[in-house]
Amino acid sequence: MKLAMVIDTKKCVGCSDCVVACQTENDVPIGYCRDWIIETVNGTYPSIELELRSERCNHCSNAPCVRCCPTGASHIVDGGTVLVTHNECIGCGACIESCPYDARFQHPRGYIDKCTFCYHRVSKGKLPACVSVCPTKCMYFGDLDNSHSEVSQLLGKRRYKTLAPEAGTKPQVYYLI
Amino acid sequence: MKEELFISGRNIPNIDPILHIWHWPISVYLFLGGLAAGLLFFTALFYLLGKEKEMPATVKFASIVAPIALIIGLIALFYDLTHKIYFWKLYTTIRIESPMSWGAWVLLLITPISIFWVLSYFDELFPKWDLKFDFLKKFQHILIKNRLNMALALIPLSIILGVYTGILLSAFNARPLWNNAILGPLFLTSGLSTGVAAIILISKNHFERHLLNKIDIGLIIIELGLITHMFMGLYAGSQVQLEAMQLLVGGEFTIVFFGFVVILGLIIPLLLEFLEVLGYKIPIVIPAVLILIGGLIFRFVMVEAGQITRYLY
Repeated sequence: MKLAMVIDTKKCVGCSDCVVACQTENDVPIGYCRDWIIETVNGTYPSIELELRSERCNHCSNAPCVRCCPTGASHIVDGGTVLVTHNECIGCGACIESCPYDARFQHPRGYIDKCTFCYHRVSKGKLPACVSVCPTKCMYFGDLDNSHSEVSQLLGKRRYKTLAPEAGTKPQVYYLI
Repeated sequence: MKEELFISGRNIPNIDPILHIWHWPISVYLFLGGLAAGLLFFTALFYLLGKEKEMPATVKFASIVAPIALIIGLIALFYDLTHKIYFWKLYTTIRIESPMSWGAWVLLLITPISIFWVLSYFDELFPKWDLKFDFLKKFQHILIKNRLNMALALIPLSIILGVYTGILLSAFNARPLWNNAILGPLFLTSGLSTGVAAIILISKNHFERHLLNKIDIGLIIIELGLITHMFMGLYAGSQVQLEAMQLLVGGEFTIVFFGFVVILGLIIPLLLEFLEVLGYKIPIVIPAVLILIGGLIFRFVMVEAGQITRYLY
């Protein structure tokens, strides 16, 4: 199993519902967020291009945060999801320094926190909170090892990109463009 | 033109707008760790070469600085952890891929050995004091017999400690300024040089100072070469590395880096030490202090500037 998220930048309107859903579902402390929306404007007026992206931890296949973690608190579970065991984390910040996406943060309680691909929901067969609330249904979640899954089909049909592939991290959040 | 904007709002402490997870304790630790590595390396080296008599400061008197530096450094490291009560988890595993895990284990070995080394010379270092307890005297006796073994262990451990202070930073491919292979040798050389400078400050023996001076000249020349190599690597690198180099060349860290680290911390001490070797009367305290201050500022610049550099997407 290789879990991945596919996000259609052509359908996203940047409403921030995914951000609020995540904060509510995961009890993210005030002032912090595990996902966020980026608006990219490319070009010079009048020929400009707008792209909206809902970003989060990319659950990289070659995760630098897991490599740099001195205690093994950051680890990869079945399905390729990158998780942090809170009571093994010493809060050294090595994983934050190693993340090209700045997807991790120091929780006010001290440990390092980030998107979990809603592991607690996905392991019960539900969708991640952000995916389940998206009003334009621009987010898809599924197994890339299964060629019949929605995400595999979409990546087969559409053009897509990942973020900073030059960092060599093999991100598992794909953006349809 | 390309503009990127958070439209969902994001202002996470220490991460937005620029990353600042590692603060001054990390820079201080990297300096003290390098200093201790340099001191212990030369202590062990000259002990193994049998120069205990000719170089008393190197082998005996200066070695007291190493455990003090290591302990202050460890306190600084501990202070910068945010989930402190779980720090012992470092010692429940060995993670070959994580430089920080290596460093934690090396520190666990080298700190007690550096204390034992001082204890083995306790009678000469503190002639007025007495090791009151019998078991301490017995332990000291064992240590004196094992000086050779301690010195043999200190050579590889001090080199690993010195390299580790650089590798710690260069392992993060997300920070282009740090992500170059030269940082390990560069921090090791800088650490050895600050170690020699500290011994020179303590030494009262003319022969010893003269020899250390010559060693330091060699180390500074190597360090200048390695800094040049670092810039060549960044200059020939990708866009992110070019932008990282901009911070040091023509950016906000230029004056601090070239003024305080390269000129005041390396070139001027090099010239002064060279003049001293040629026979001019130069107060040797000046180059030694300049090297120590330059080494400290170098760590601050690298830690602060490195965290500003990032991948663009």
